[in-house]
Parts: sequence; C-alpha cells; structure tokens
Amino acid sequence: MTTTTQEQQPATANETLAEFEPRIIGLVCNWCSYAGADLAGTSRIQYPPNIRLVRVMCTGSIDPLYILRPLLDGADGVLVGG
Amino acid sequence: MDATAQKPTGTPQTTTTPERAVGAVLVVGAGISGMQSALDLAEAGFVVHLVEKSPSIAGTMPMLDKTFPTNDCSMCILSPRVVDVGSHMNIKIHTLSELVALSGQPGNFTATIKKHPRYVDIDLCVSCGRCETVCPQDVPNPFNQGLDTRKAIYKPYAQAFPNAYVIDKQNCQECGTCAEKCPRKAINYDMTGELVDIPVGAVILAPGFEIFDASLRGEYGYGIYKNVVTSLQFERMLSASGPHQGHLVRPSDGTEPRKIAFIQCVGSREPGKERNYCSGVCCMYATKEAVVAKEHVPGLDATIFCIDVRAFGKGFEQYYQRARDEYGVRYIKCMVSSVKELQQTKNLVLKYRTPNGKLHEEQFDLVVLSVGLKPPAGIEALAQTAGVALDENGFCQPGPEPGSTTRPGVYAAGAFAGPKDIPETVIEASAAAGYVSSLLGKSRYTLTETKEPVPEKDVSEELPRTGVFVCHCGINIGSIIDVPAVKNYAKTLPGVVYAGEFTFACAQDSLETIKKRINSQKLNRVVVASCTPRTHAPLFQNALREAGLNPYLYEHVNIREHSSWVHRDQKESATAKAKDLVRMAVAKARLLKPVTVTHSEVNRNALVVGGGAAGMAAAMSLSRQGFGVHLVEKADTLGGRLAHMHRTITGVDTQKLLAELTGQVENDPNIHIITGAHITDVSGYPGNYRTVVRTRDQTYELVHGAAILATGAREVTPEGYLYGQHPGVITQTGLEQRIRGGNLAGSQNIVMIQCAGSRDEKRPWCSRICCSHAIKNALLIKEQQPDTNVYIFYRDIRVYGKLEKYYTEARRQGVIFIQYEPEDPPQVIDAGDGKLAVTAPDPTLGYSVTIDADLLVLSAGVEANTDNEELSKLFKVPLSAEGFLLEAHMKLRPVDFAADGMYLCGLAHAPKLLDETLVQASAAAMRAATLLSKERLENVAITAYVDEELCIGCGLCVKACSYNARYLEEYTGIARVHETLCQGCGACVAACPSGASQQKGYEKGQMLAMMKAALL
Repeated sequence: MTTTTQEQQPATANETLAEFEPRIIGLVCNWCSYAGADLAGTSRIQYPPNIRLVRVMCTGSIDPLYILRPLLDGADGVLVGG
Repeated sequence: MDATAQKPTGTPQTTTTPERAVGAVLVVGAGISGMQSALDLAEAGFVVHLVEKSPSIAGTMPMLDKTFPTNDCSMCILSPRVVDVGSHMNIKIHTLSELVALSGQPGNFTATIKKHPRYVDIDLCVSCGRCETVCPQDVPNPFNQGLDTRKAIYKPYAQAFPNAYVIDKQNCQECGTCAEKCPRKAINYDMTGELVDIPVGAVILAPGFEIFDASLRGEYGYGIYKNVVTSLQFERMLSASGPHQGHLVRPSDGTEPRKIAFIQCVGSREPGKERNYCSGVCCMYATKEAVVAKEHVPGLDATIFCIDVRAFGKGFEQYYQRARDEYGVRYIKCMVSSVKELQQTKNLVLKYRTPNGKLHEEQFDLVVLSVGLKPPAGIEALAQTAGVALDENGFCQPGPEPGSTTRPGVYAAGAFAGPKDIPETVIEASAAAGYVSSLLGKSRYTLTETKEPVPEKDVSEELPRTGVFVCHCGINIGSIIDVPAVKNYAKTLPGVVYAGEFTFACAQDSLETIKKRINSQKLNRVVVASCTPRTHAPLFQNALREAGLNPYLYEHVNIREHSSWVHRDQKESATAKAKDLVRMAVAKARLLKPVTVTHSEVNRNALVVGGGAAGMAAAMSLSRQGFGVHLVEKADTLGGRLAHMHRTITGVDTQKLLAELTGQVENDPNIHIITGAHITDVSGYPGNYRTVVRTRDQTYELVHGAAILATGAREVTPEGYLYGQHPGVITQTGLEQRIRGGNLAGSQNIVMIQCAGSRDEKRPWCSRICCSHAIKNALLIKEQQPDTNVYIFYRDIRVYGKLEKYYTEARRQGVIFIQYEPEDPPQVIDAGDGKLAVTAPDPTLGYSVTIDADLLVLSAGVEANTDNEELSKLFKVPLSAEGFLLEAHMKLRPVDFAADGMYLCGLAHAPKLLDETLVQASAAAMRAATLLSKERLENVAITAYVDEELCIGCGLCVKACSYNARYLEEYTGIARVHETLCQGCGACVAACPSGASQQKGYEKGQMLAMMKAALL
C-alpha cells in the first residue's frame, strides 16, 4: 500500500482504526518485565486486553523466529520486554 | 567459649568449638540484616529461627523507592531475597514475635519466644483482600508513613511476606464483618499468643533501627507545617507503590512542588543531645531523593543544606558529582536556623547563614528533613533479655572483636551495631553468620531437614495426557473470569484428558486433589491456571514431584495478575484472554520433556588470594568453620598493608593484630600458605576450580571449591604539594610510622591536607579512610605532644557512624579544621630552614591564612593495585571503572562475584578501614562456606543442551555465553554445555544458526507452538 491510497481514504482508515483490535504477542523476561506485569496486576492497573504474554528466562534467548512467526501467523505486533 | 575471641598468638582456634552444640541459630529481626544471616546459615547447614516483631519480614528496605548509587528499584532487588527466605525449608519464620528470655551458654542456649496472635490463620489466608474491602475502620498507614490510611485488617504492603492479612487489634472494632466475608474462614478474633522455648547454639541480634522523631527539632516545624515531611515520607511520595502512585505532589494542596529543600543531620551529629554519631546514610539518600525528584518533575530545583557531604562509600562520590554537576542539585554547607510557613501559599521560608557570615532567607515549596537513624524502641528490654550491653547512644556495645557483643555466643549485625547503609549491613550480617558458623561448625546438618524423593515415573513412551486445573482464587479470578467456561474450554483442547476447578488451587487440600488426579487420570502433563508462576509454580511442581511425575512436565498460566486483576471492567475479554492463555500453555505442555537436575561434587578447600589482613582473616574464618585453605600471597611475607599501620581510630594495636593473625594462620594445620606466589592459570567451575601457582622454585596445581580474592590496594603516591621535593612533606602512612617511632619532637606545627590524591579528575573516588586516619593521627599527636598544633585542611570531613565522636574529640582537643574548595587548594612553598608555608583561604575568616608548618602530611588516598587487571582476566571477574574488583550487586551482594564460587573482600573491593576489612573477610568466608558445606551442588535444571547431529561447530554459542558455560570439544569440534556453569538464560539458543542448541523446558518448538496457539 502506498501513502497516496492511505491519504485518499482518511475517513475509512480512521473508522477501521477505531474498531481495530490488535493481537499482540509479548515476549517478556521472567526477571523484569514479567515481574512488572505481575506488579501491574497487584496494583490493579487496568490496560487493554490485547496482549498475550509469553515468559522467557532471558530476552537473550529470543530467536528472531519468535518475532517473525507470530507476525506471519497474524499477530499485529510483537512486544519484547527485558 | 567465644570461638573467635582474642587468643594468644598461634593457638589453633578450631578446638574451641563446642562438641555438642545445637545446630540451630536464633536471628532476632528479619530486616535485610536478619534475612542475610538466616539465608547464609540455612544454606550452610543450620536451622534458623527468624524472629520478627512486625507482621512481615524484610524490614525498612521495602519502603525505599530507589537505592543509591545504582538507582535500582528497591523492591525489585529485594523481592527475590524475600522469596528465598520465605521458601527455605530450614528457616522457621516467627512473625509478631519477640525474644523474652535467653538462658544457657554458647553452643547451648534456650531462647524463649513470645508469639503474639495475628488473628488471621496464615495457613488459611490466601490474601484475597476481601476482608480489607469490608472493614469499616481506617487507620494511618505506617508503611506510607501516615500519608494515607489502611484498614484495621491489613497486609502491610502488596509484596509482604508472609502473604497474609493481620488484624491491628488496637484499632479493630471487632464488628465481625471481615470474619463473615472471609471465604476461607481464616479470621479468628479470639486467637491467643503463646510462649515457645527454642534450643539454639548461637544468637544474632539484628533488630534494626527507627527513624528520628523529627518533631523534636521544633525549629523545622515538622508536624505543624504540612509541607515539611521526613525523608522516609518523601521516599514513599516518590514511590510508584506510594500514596500518590509516584506522582510527586505536596501534602498541603496536591500541587507539584517546584522547589525543594533538604535539611541534613536532623537527629544526627548532635553531640550535646547524646546523638554524637553520624547516621551514615542521609547525605546519600538525600542526594538520591533529589535526583529522583528531579526525574519526576523536570526543572525542579533541589537544594541540600548540610554540614559536610558524606559520600564515602563505593561509587558514592561519583554519584554526588553527577547529582551536582549533571542534575544541578545545589549543596549549601550550612545549617538552617528556622523554617516558617507562609499563610497563603503554605510555602516555607528558610533562614540560614552561609559560612561567610551572610544571613539568607529563601522560599521553598516543600521541605524534606533528612532524619537520622536511632536504636529502635524497646531496645533496652531486648538488650537486657539477651544479656548484651548498649553503648552511650543505645546501639550495641561491641565485644572484643567486630560483630561480637558483650555476651559470648551472641552477635550483632546491621544498624543495631551502629547506623549504616545496606551494603555494610549485608556484609555484617554475613560476617555474623560466619562467627556463628565457626562456633557451631561441628553441628552443621544435625538438625536440618531434607525431603525423601518419590521415585519418578517414566512417561516418555506415553502420549500426552494433560490435566488442566483452573483456580477461582476466591473471587479474585472467579468474579471477573468465567472459570467454569475456561475449564470446559480446556477439555476441548488437544491432549487434555481432564479439567477441574478449585476455589483456591494453592490450598493444601487442592494440592492433594491434584496429586490424586495425576494418578487416577494417568496424567503426564499438568497445567494450572491461577496466579503468578514466579511465586506459585514451585508449589505445583512439588505436587507433581510428590505424585511421581517429573516437575518439568508442568506449565503455569497466570490468569490473575495478567487477566482478572488488570481487565476488571471487561469480563468477556478477560475470559477470552484466560482461554487463550490456557490454550497456549496446553500447546506447550504437549511438547514438554522431563528435565533431570544434575549435581556436581564439591571440593572442600578454598583458595584465598592475598595474605594481608583480609586474606588472613578470611582464611582463619574458613579454617574455624572446618574447611581447608590455600592462602596465596605474592610478597615473600604475610601482612600486606597491616605491616605499615600502628593503631586504628578505635584503638586496636595493629602490630599486635598482625603478629596474632600471622601466628594463627602459620600454625593452622588447615591452612596451606604459599608466599612469593604468582597465579598463572585458573580453570574449572564452582565446587571444582584448578589454579596453577608458581613460586621461584615450585609450581603448584591447587584444587579448590571456592575462591576469595583479597588482594588489597595501595596508597596513592601524591603529586604536588612539594611531595618528594621537600623532606617535610610526607603521607599519613609516613606520619603513622613517625608516631610509632615517637620521633615527632621538634614539630610544633603539623599541617594535614585531605583529598591529596582522591576526589580529583585522575582519581574521582573518595578514599573513605583518609578523614578517619587524619583524625586518628591528630589525636595520637595530641596524646604524645599536647602542645603541638595540628591543622587539617579538608573538603568534607567524612567520618561516619560511631566514628563521629572522634571528630568531636579532635575539635575538643584543639585540632583546627579549615575547609578548602578544590578550585582553590592550599598553596605550599618551601619557607627555608626545613619549614614549609601553607596558605589557603579560610571561608569563616574571609581571608587567607598562612601556617608555618614543620611537617606537611598529605592524606594521599587509596588506589587499586595495577595487577587487578591480570587478576580479573585470570578469574574472569569484572573490575569497576576505578580498577577495584566489582561485586555482583553493590547493594545486596557486596562480597559475591556474579559467578558462583567467587568472593571478594578488603581493599581490593574498595577503600575501607581495618575493622571493616576484617568484617568483610568473615562475610566472604561465610559466603564461601555456603557453597563449601554442601554435599553436592544442584545445577540449574533448565540448562542448554546440544543436538550433536545438528551442530556445525561454528562456535557462536561460545561467544553468546556470558557464563563461560559453552565450549567446543577439542577433536570433534562439537559444541558442549558445562551443566555446572550454565544459568539457563538461553542466549546460546538464540545464537545457534542450526537449531542444535536448545534450552530444556524452553525449546524452540515448544515456544513456537505456544505462540502459534495464541493466534489460532
């Protein structure tokens, strides 16, 4: 898609954006980001339910495949936290 | 019977250990100090009774927002330690308890503990918080220092351990609402206390401290003006878990402050008021709070009013410099005489007089009082019960050696022994554990418990039969997520043969049910969907183990912290998310394989590198604890810097100490000394290192389980001030030798210049010891020749803790202290006749003074040994930017290296005083003993492994590994894994281009299956 087509349909794009519910895979380190997500829970911080967290023992163990495969399988984003 | 008491030269100390001592230890106080002692002792084969008067362990540290000098989040670094203590089989935690009697002798005490009622059954409470929501009674919240309220039934803070509620009976109306609402019927208003007698071999007292009551300094208006807060309140105001979720607002009107003043020494350094000590932490925490506040509110103006800036610890000076120069924190060296509130704005007007005599008035939005540390309430009663003496300030009166008390067999650590910060507290706590371990060495593993393993079923030939258990967690999950729907959904997933639900999955009866289902349903994979695996997975894995299933055939799903608690208003989405998470876990579980934990043997000898005070003390401690030591020294004689010293500031005769220590190590059959030694190679892993040592005529290959690096440091050779050009210019070490020789006669005026080799561009650190050395030598001069004038030119006087009194004493004896600024240092010229003229501006007088000096003494400071770099390469340990050895964590692991089995102590770590070195040596020895005392070491289970057929020998895994755990086999070129070194991070797995490297429990196929399932 080129920039021009996007500009041609601003209304539709905004509308789609409003309904758009992204599916996000989160790859998070056990020792920090996963713990952070736990603390968000303990603190009852409310956030959108679009992310599915996968715990890894270190973000250093994240194979590029872990990012590419979900994107190919339909994920709208992959978040790496470490 | 005090095993480590002063002994005549050469007496082996091991004989003093009681033959039938009790292998249990009482630790009073479960703050950072008590927890460290407890962990060290429990890991070294003792049962520990950890007695804490409050409802939860961990002490004051959870209240702190961040910690200096690394700005780490306090709670984040502390939590793992709390979990370790809480889950240790041989640490018995007694909260809401106090010591009421202590009888007996070292090795055989009986401690009587009074356990106060909690009114909530710890075994039943699952911390769901229902009780709190219905309690009608609000009480000021001590955890947030009264800035908000809590209920009469409460949990001290979110991460508190034990993770259970408690009733504050004084404030409870006993209305019965909470008891009625509690789904577990855990509340009982009629619970009573009990007295228990516990036999223990030794006692460690670590009751901690209390902050000074700021309202006693009436001139600052604390308790009257809303915008005057204590530093601990400010800490809570900055904290994300604090009353304002980390938004910095001032109490009077909730607006963001733009200009903050910190007033130092509130309750410290007040010789007239029986507080003739420095609290040792306030300058640094104020600096940290100022920096963090500036990060919260861009453009905020922070001013610290202080007498001196005492940034004396490792990395502190550099932190202070950054705060001043990069963050723009303003330091004004004077005390504030009054604080007045302005009626309209509630701003505060501070009156102060700068050293030049000028009076100032300045307005601030918020005033933070840097309150000092004082002995906690009830300390006299505890001291009396334990039979130990207190000093003039109410801290512990030290016994004959660092860490001891006036009662043999009873030791002290942490702020109870004198105000101090976290790293020193941790060091003292390990050191105290070391003294205890020396005393009770022969009773190691006499009382500790171990579990008999259940034989493991072989399920490798079976198809996956997964059982899924979904938890309601009372209403925590169940009120948001449709648990029955999740359970029914789980039943439809591939490989799932059973699904069930629990009100509380972690309850003992539920765990029994899981074990039964594993057998009745022939389950070979288990998935539990409940709260966080970080605290609860081990519990369920243990249930698998007890049912004969490998604990790694388990997958945990977090539907509480990651779903019901964070999507409260979106019940459907929360349920959908829970289903997704369960589907992902089931997909991974299908592919799980059993993981076997391997073990390695432990060689019971330690290598100690460096034969100075630190090395010799560490070697003696290890020997007394029952281990062999190879003590390796590069010089031809033992002693290190101790040989150049005369007396410590507290009056210890260092030459006598040197003679005693050398005598002891030389006559100890457990200690093998190699002098004139040079280390050429180090290999191996924790429990089994091999070190090659060469002397002029021999080569040794030493095998050892652990290593302690105690290689010392050296005095800086000063530059400038005519040093080396004029015979009257010497260093403090030179002065010490002259004092010892008694040849100071003819010196009428002695001038000292501080920081002559520290805190400059070349050596940006503070050498910590120079202020104490200068004051000590000044006092010794006054003792020998009272008529001699001593002038000390200084930048900040950095004596700390109990050493403050020597500074007071020096001033009382007429030693003259003159402050100078680094940009305007004293000028020294040769005045002829062997004399010197020292000229510097005196800030108080307002003009320059010139002193005709007979002797100019430079406080030259301490710098790292040049061979540290070689040492660092040999032992694969890191160095700080300053060239000192770098510990695993500056706050909580001050004597460990990041790699297991390697420890450090003494000047090699950072500049420090002799008694601090001796304490740190005992701490390092104790840490080493936690490893050496083990039968065998359990390796990390989820290590990397290699599929030989896929490995192409490229070596990328070797490069990716931070732990030296990967290597290429010599002839085949196939990559291998050192199971003992692998920490299970998986970095090599990501680096492997051929898929040969995999991590057990986190295999690529398993991870990808999980992600694929997420997107179905």
